[in-house]
Parts: sequence; C-alpha cells; structure tokens
Amino acid sequence: MRIKKTTIQSIWIPLIAIVLGLLVGAIVMLLSGFNPIENYINLFTGAVGTPNAIGEVIRTATPLILTGAGFAIANSAGFFNIGVAGQALVGWLASVSFALAFPSLPSIIMIPGAVIAGALGGALWSGIAGYLRAYFGASEVITTIMQNYIALYATNAIIKGVLAKNNADYSPTIPKAARLRTPFLENLTQNSTLHWGILIALAAAVFLWWFMKKTTMGFEIRAVGMNQDASRYAGMSTKRTIIVAMLISGAFAGLGGAMEGLGDFQNIIVNTAMPDIGYDGMSVSLLAGGAPIGIIFSAFLFGILKIGGLNISITSTTPSEIVNIVIAAVIFFVGAQYLIRYFFETGRIGRGKKNKRGGTANADSSAPTPPESGPESVTTNKKGSDAR
Amino acid sequence: MKFTSKAATASAVAVLALVLGACGNSKSSDSGKTDKAHSVALVTDGGGVDDKSFNQSEWEGLQKWGKKNGMEKGVGGYNYAQSNSDADFVPNVNKMIQAGYKTIIGSGYKLEKTIKDAAKKNPKINFIIIDDVIPQKNVASATFKDNESAFLAGVAAAETTKTNKVGFIGGVHGEVIDRFEAGFRQGVAAVNKNIKVDVKYADSFSKADVGQALAQAMFNNNEDVIYQAAGGTGAGVFSAAKNAIKTKKVWVIGVDRDQTADGKYKGGNLTLTSTVKGVDIAVQKLATAAKEGKFPGGKTQVYGLKGNGVKLTRGNMSAKAWTKVQEFREKIIKGDISVAEKPSDL
Repeated sequence: MRIKKTTIQSIWIPLIAIVLGLLVGAIVMLLSGFNPIENYINLFTGAVGTPNAIGEVIRTATPLILTGAGFAIANSAGFFNIGVAGQALVGWLASVSFALAFPSLPSIIMIPGAVIAGALGGALWSGIAGYLRAYFGASEVITTIMQNYIALYATNAIIKGVLAKNNADYSPTIPKAARLRTPFLENLTQNSTLHWGILIALAAAVFLWWFMKKTTMGFEIRAVGMNQDASRYAGMSTKRTIIVAMLISGAFAGLGGAMEGLGDFQNIIVNTAMPDIGYDGMSVSLLAGGAPIGIIFSAFLFGILKIGGLNISITSTTPSEIVNIVIAAVIFFVGAQYLIRYFFETGRIGRGKKNKRGGTANADSSAPTPPESGPESVTTNKKGSDAR
Repeated sequence: MKFTSKAATASAVAVLALVLGACGNSKSSDSGKTDKAHSVALVTDGGGVDDKSFNQSEWEGLQKWGKKNGMEKGVGGYNYAQSNSDADFVPNVNKMIQAGYKTIIGSGYKLEKTIKDAAKKNPKINFIIIDDVIPQKNVASATFKDNESAFLAGVAAAETTKTNKVGFIGGVHGEVIDRFEAGFRQGVAAVNKNIKVDVKYADSFSKADVGQALAQAMFNNNEDVIYQAAGGTGAGVFSAAKNAIKTKKVWVIGVDRDQTADGKYKGGNLTLTSTVKGVDIAVQKLATAAKEGKFPGGKTQVYGLKGNGVKLTRGNMSAKAWTKVQEFREKIIKGDISVAEKPSDL
C-alpha cells in the first residue's frame, strides 16, 4: 500500500508543480499585457508541433539525461557534484579531440572511440574530486566548483592554442565518421539537430536503473549515501565507494559533453561561461528525485520548455525575457516540490501529530533495498544499517 | 490523500480544458499590416537586443526599416530571436525559417556555421551574416573595418592622455577584437610612440564585474583613457570610471554605438568618444535590397571609414584632438595609411 501511495505522489507532485509554474507564468504574462493562452499554445506547438521541433526537443533532452544521471549517482552517494558542468566540458573536449586526432578512422571505431574518450575525460575530472574526498575529506562542493573554473579556462586555452585554426575561437568540424547527426535524421526532422546520441542517453538511463537497483556496488553507493559510518561499520570500503560513485558520475557528465561535441555542435567552441547542460542536468536530476525514468521525463520537460520557449517570442510580440521568467517559474515550482509534498502529507495525516516529517516521503521510498541476487555481505550491511 | 488527489485531478483537468478550449479559438495573431514576401528576422549571438552594443544597433536598424516600410513586429513583418546560449542558434534560425521569414540575419561571427548550413539547406531564403564572410549564393556578408575606427580612437586617446598611459580592454581574443586592438595601438603610436598601451582581455563579452576590476587596476596604474571593445563587459569599465573620476580625470572610449549616455555622471560626461559601427545601416541597406529584389547574395559588403560605415563620434574631445582625428581620417580614406588587422602585424 505504502509503495503505491508514494508512487502516486511521485507522479502527481511534479505535475502539480508544472501546473503551478504555468499558472504563475500566466499571471506574469497577464500583468505584462500579453496573452498567456496564445503564448502557451505557441510554446506547445513550438515544442511538438513539427518534426523539426520534436527533433530539437529530443536533442536538447539528450545531454540533460546524461548529466542528470551523472548528478543522480553522486547524489545517491551523498555527494553534491556541482562539477557536472566542468566534467561535461572536459568530456566534450576529449571526444572532439579524439575525432580530430584520428580523422581517418571508420565510423564503427570512431564513434565508440570518441564516446569513450568523452566518458573517460569526464571520469578523470570527477575522479580527482572523488579521490580528494575519499582520502583527504576535501569537500567535493568546493573542489568541483574550482575544477569547473579550471576546466573552463583550460579547455578554452587548448581550443585556442591547439585545436583552432586561423585564430578562430572554435575547433575545426569533426570528420563525418564521428558525427552522430546523419542525413537520415535531418530528412526525418526537417533539418533539426537531432542525433543518435538519444540512444546512448536512454541506454545510460537504463544502466543507471540497473546499476543502482541490481548491483552490489549500487547498493553500497546508496548505503554510503544514507549513512557513511554505518556502511563502514558494516564492512564496506567507503573510500572505494566514494571514488567509484564520482567516477561514474563524471563519466556520465562527460558523455553529456560528448553529445554536444559529436551531435549538436560537431566541434568545440570557446565558452565564455560553463555550458548550460551542467546546471540544467542538476535541476533535471533533482526534479526527478534521482529516478532514471523520471530523469528522462524531466529532461524532456526541459527540452520542451527551452525549445518551445524560443517559439513564443518568434510568433508573438512577447519578449524573450518574459518567456524566460515563465520557464524559470515552472522550474522553480518543480524545484520547490517539497512545498507541495508538505501539503500532500498534511492533507493525508492532518489530524495526526507526525507532520514534522513533511519532506521524507521520497527518502523513504528510495531507502536501500538489497539487490535480489546480492551476496552475503549485503545482508550483513542491512543489519548494520538497521542497528544504527 | 484521497481528497487532495481528487483536488489535484480536478485542477489538472481544469487546466487541460482551458488549454483545449483555447485551441478551439481562432488564431488572432495574424492581424496588422504585414508584407510576408519581405519579412526579416534577426537572430542574436547571445546577448539580448538591449546589450547596448552590437545586437541593439542591429535591432534598432531593423525596427527603423520595418516602420519605414509600414511593417509590424511579428510573423510576416520583422522580428528577432534571442539566443540564450550557442545551442539556440540552429533552432532559432530553423524556427524563423518555418515561421516564414524571408530574410534572416545572423548577428555576429559566432553564427557563421549555423548560417552556412541553413543557407545550403534553404536556397530560397536570403541570409545575412554580420562580421564574417560566407561565400554562398543566398548569403550576403557584411564586414566592418573596425581597425580603422579603432585607429582614430587611438589618436583621440593619445591626444587626450596626460599621463602618457592608456588602456585597452578587449572582450574575447579572436579575429574581430584583434582588429580593434591592432587599430587602437597603431593609432596611439601614430601620434606618440612613447605612450604606453596596456592591453587586457576579460575573456568574456558579458562580465561587467571583470571589466570593472580590470579598469580599476588600470586607473590605479595612472592610465587615464581606456578603450573598451568588450560588449556587455564594457559596462563595468564605465562603472569603474565613475568611481575613479571622483579623484582624478579619466576617460572611457565607447564601442560599436555612441555610448555618450553611458558616460554621464554628476558634473559631466566621461565618454571621450565612441567608435560607431554601422551595423544598423548595413541591416537597413541589405533588407531594402532584399525587398527590391536586388539582394547581393554571394557578395561581401565592406564598411570602412569611407562612406561612414564605421566612424568616430565627436564626443567630448578637445578641438585639437578632433582636428587631429580628422587629419588621420583623411589619410586612411585616401590610403596613405593602411591600418593593421592583427596585433602581430604591428
């Protein structure tokens, strides 16, 4: 029964958040003298009205699924990996560099090679923060923020100094064999930037689910996330778990960056700020509560808002600033879903006195359950946690 | 739980009904005067159309053009799309094409790749690229000899400085800002070789705080004239100057459009002059050409001091400095002086 209730909640709460966000956006538009209904229709048709728009929405969601999954893994281990953006950037650079370094490889080797290079680049970058956290207790929040800056300026220097030609501020375009965008997809979607990376992203989401729910390592990560001391007491290597969690997190983020490099942009540009996919990926993951299927849906929601949002100011006189406020309002309510959850909880057990636990429904549902085929140590672990 | 769940369902259904009901309404956006065959749209390169620089100039030019031709903002008339990040370039251009705009302007060299691809796939649509060259049949390119106006800014700075130290703050290293730096340094040296030019880059076109910090350091170092070619970063240079002017005389040289208004402070104006880039004129000319069926596709329009494609404003320069600037202007137009395009060519 309980599982059923929390499942209902985890579907309803984000939906209500979205509706509230749209309502606030509508109020903002009404106050500014614009027609919210017309604008929302434009947003909707701009996101799903044409094959081109659908292609762009999927393309926007692709890296967000990956960066979101990356953030989710670190988050279940109890780490706030703000470095997703920097890791994505390193992955982007690594994948494009690989493609440019071996221009004559056939697609069948080139694409896996470039994709793996991206994942390794991201993993290397996050691994540093993981190592420092595991062995020296350095806060991953601080190290990853600083690593973001290092990544930004270092990649810019490498692009300008090594990759770019003629003093340009972007690298040459990657060879055809490395491109994830194909003429087939372009014809299918009226020249959108849709690329095959979406398959990689969906596979990553499946992997995330399998890894967290079905493997010992995934279980250990969640256990460490809930209580590090208890996990250590239960015989887990918390150091190893921390590093593995950060490595996988960074690898996913790096894959997200590789999608930008091999799919959307097909080169790497000098960025003046951290790429959006980093912070948006964090929002995607938080909105989904770290659940893989939820990450896919929330990444698509972001894609719809972003791509559909572009359409509002193109087809009406509403300035894009207003559109950005509306999008921010939706994301705000989605982020503030604890508020909605609180009302759910109080509505449910309003007469009781246990209301203090307003925001714990989600944590309960995600409490570690040992994998079905887990080895013996897992059972011990569970005892350890319970004893705590 | 049950109650709230019902309430939630009800509210969701209500919203759905609202949306569906609205779908049934007739579309009312197609009113107003339009000239679909000649509609023009602008895609920005990151900043909004209020960036007090490049995009704003273009948009103002386009608005003027639209009004002159009796058009309205919106589909079938003229419009802009703001790119919130580089990933928005392609979708923005595609959405403009699908909305039916016939001439699409890529604002700045960052859109080169996007415009090139789009032009190949949409041979019937006119494209305009500013600050770059795309040799394709349906693309008109417009480039500006910013180095020439920057040269004159250098002359003005050299004629104005009391400390024989001036500063240059660039946005991001690259071909375009190189022209500003090269021209400015050459102009300063043409007046007085002993004047030191301090060159710094903010590595961003949108970080006013970095611009402010760099300018602060320059003013502390007794540099009394700063030329900023840094887009939105330049706003910080003006803020730093407004602080510094409380204790000593300092000047800022504006970029891309007349930035006199940005230099106002209690007791005067610290904008010495501005190098004006005629993107508004370029946009209007090309839009008119497209309307008249004479779109110069495949050709590059170069705008220099000649014909006032770029120019230096009179601003608050002394009469002596202004005379000198005029002198050099003539020499450049005549071809007696050729202005370098890269700092490495100096």
